[in-house]
Amino acid sequence: MSRHGLRLALLYAAALLITLFLLIPVYFIFAASIGPQNSVYDFPKPLVPQNLSFDTLSFFLHYQGVPEAFKMSVEVGIIAVAVSLILGAPAGYAIARYTFPGKNVLQLIVLATRSFPVIILSIPLAVTFLSWNLYDTAPGVGLVHTAMGLPVTILITAAVFYGVPVDLEEAATTLGCTRIGAFFRISLPMALPGLAAAALFTFVGSWNEVFAASILTLQNHTLPALVLTSLNIAPLQFSFAAAVILIVPSMVFIFFIRRYLVAGWGQVTK
Amino acid sequence: MADIQIQQIRKTYARGQEPAVRDVDLTVRDGEFMVLLGPSGCGKTTLLRLLAGLERPDSGRIAIGGTDVTDLPPRKRQIAMVFQSYAIFPHMSVFQNIGFGLRMQHVSRSEIQQRVHHAAELVQLGDFLQRYPSQLSGGQRQRVAVARAIVMQPAVLLMDEPLSNLDALLRLQFRAELKKLVAELNTTTIYVTHDQVEALSLGDRIAVMRSGSIIQVGAPMDVYDMPATTFVGGFIGMPPMNFLDATVVSANGHTTVDLGGQPLDAPDAVRDLAGGDVTVGIRAESIDVWDQQEPSTMPARIEVVEPLGADLLLTVSVGRQQLKLLTRNDFPARPNMPISIRPQQDKLRWFDAAGERVAPAG
Repeated sequence: MSRHGLRLALLYAAALLITLFLLIPVYFIFAASIGPQNSVYDFPKPLVPQNLSFDTLSFFLHYQGVPEAFKMSVEVGIIAVAVSLILGAPAGYAIARYTFPGKNVLQLIVLATRSFPVIILSIPLAVTFLSWNLYDTAPGVGLVHTAMGLPVTILITAAVFYGVPVDLEEAATTLGCTRIGAFFRISLPMALPGLAAAALFTFVGSWNEVFAASILTLQNHTLPALVLTSLNIAPLQFSFAAAVILIVPSMVFIFFIRRYLVAGWGQVTK
Repeated sequence: MADIQIQQIRKTYARGQEPAVRDVDLTVRDGEFMVLLGPSGCGKTTLLRLLAGLERPDSGRIAIGGTDVTDLPPRKRQIAMVFQSYAIFPHMSVFQNIGFGLRMQHVSRSEIQQRVHHAAELVQLGDFLQRYPSQLSGGQRQRVAVARAIVMQPAVLLMDEPLSNLDALLRLQFRAELKKLVAELNTTTIYVTHDQVEALSLGDRIAVMRSGSIIQVGAPMDVYDMPATTFVGGFIGMPPMNFLDATVVSANGHTTVDLGGQPLDAPDAVRDLAGGDVTVGIRAESIDVWDQQEPSTMPARIEVVEPLGADLLLTVSVGRQQLKLLTRNDFPARPNMPISIRPQQDKLRWFDAAGERVAPAG
């Protein structure tokens, strides 16, 4: 075997090892969750799930508060994605297209928001949300998740709009578009893959976020918050099914969005 | 179809900087092919963008077809532009790219079909309408950009170095195609380039720019033959015009300059510079050369011999000065060979110390 071939083989072996290390626990959790309820106690775990059954999943889904928490999580995620795109995309566009005084400082400040630990913010936030009637509501948690996702959204969209040549917008204006029309007909469609990536980060971040969601809700927990508060008291089946339900949406989301993440439209300028 | 009037247009990009275009006047006739030629940074692209409406001037007016368009956005100027980068939309097919402007004008579907097909045929893209830009070669993308502009039937066609991203062979081919196409369309065209060969071969007239100003406007051969300044003479032509420094000597009503031992008769206009310095310009092909001593010639010595195929490019030294000359390819040239040269008297161009042509006038 040539040196090059050997290196490649080692590389693939390492990649395979890491993948297995990450996936094997996920696999066993998944396998146990689609078995009958008592299969979660089996040891050693069978490689192939025996007696397919949705008992465990359905037990979880009907567990008290879960359907509501699931709905809450989806609502919070949608709010976080929508608001961070509506605010973040124009900000990213402005950073990409224009030079304005304080631009560098602004880019730094945008990132600096991430350096405030949520723990410090949580008490003032809870107090403020109580007085604004946002406490224990989807918009409230959604807003906090927006604040967490917005910096990344701004950075990603800025990078995306940097990648759309100004020439294209200018060409559109010579062909009959207004400035705004050129944005919506040319830049936005070309930026969609990048915007989808930004949305993905915000959604997954929101879906998995526990701390703020736990502090800022009381009755209307999001799914991770509910799972966290229930872990000690719920049976093992609950944990297994909850893990799957928490992982699956992120994985489905990544699966559908993955080709946009990698390819996008090939840059065709020169 | 429209003429263009540019009056005293000025554009400065950032406060405190030199203007990119300074108080330029230019008139382009209806149907004319005008080339803006100059080195990079001379303001030619800025002038084009001002015409397109992509930049707003500090001062001055622009009129297209008699309408003042200075304050109009690009879409209301009846212009179409071919960008240096082509700027074709990667998320649209060739058909959608070419038809984009027509759709913006709410032209009917059937008319879009017909006009897009016609434009695509003109640039030989008929078979590629369903392709996407990433599936096209550089030359094909360039054709898409041209088709997208001409399909609009604009009053003025603007082109920003459309051939500069093509390799040498394609460039030669497209140059001829472009000239034919534009001649057939008979659209007023402004064409920006830094390539003097393109300018000479394409333009009805050339406007030579430098440092934000237009130095000379004229038909290609006039600009080549009668450069207004030493800059123009040096920028246009391959090899550039030769410039020799000389001192004007005026004696008993007769003005001559001394160039390497052989006095040359100077025109009357040079007499005013008597005792001062003058620059004599001569094109490489306007110098006669012999491989032996001849009466009333200048002695010279060959330094470099470069065969160009049809011609031989010689770098020769005359006294302490150097010049380049073209001669037939059977001339028995060797490095270090002594030769005799004589500039053709009627091809001599005379420039003052500031580089402005003083003779011949006109």
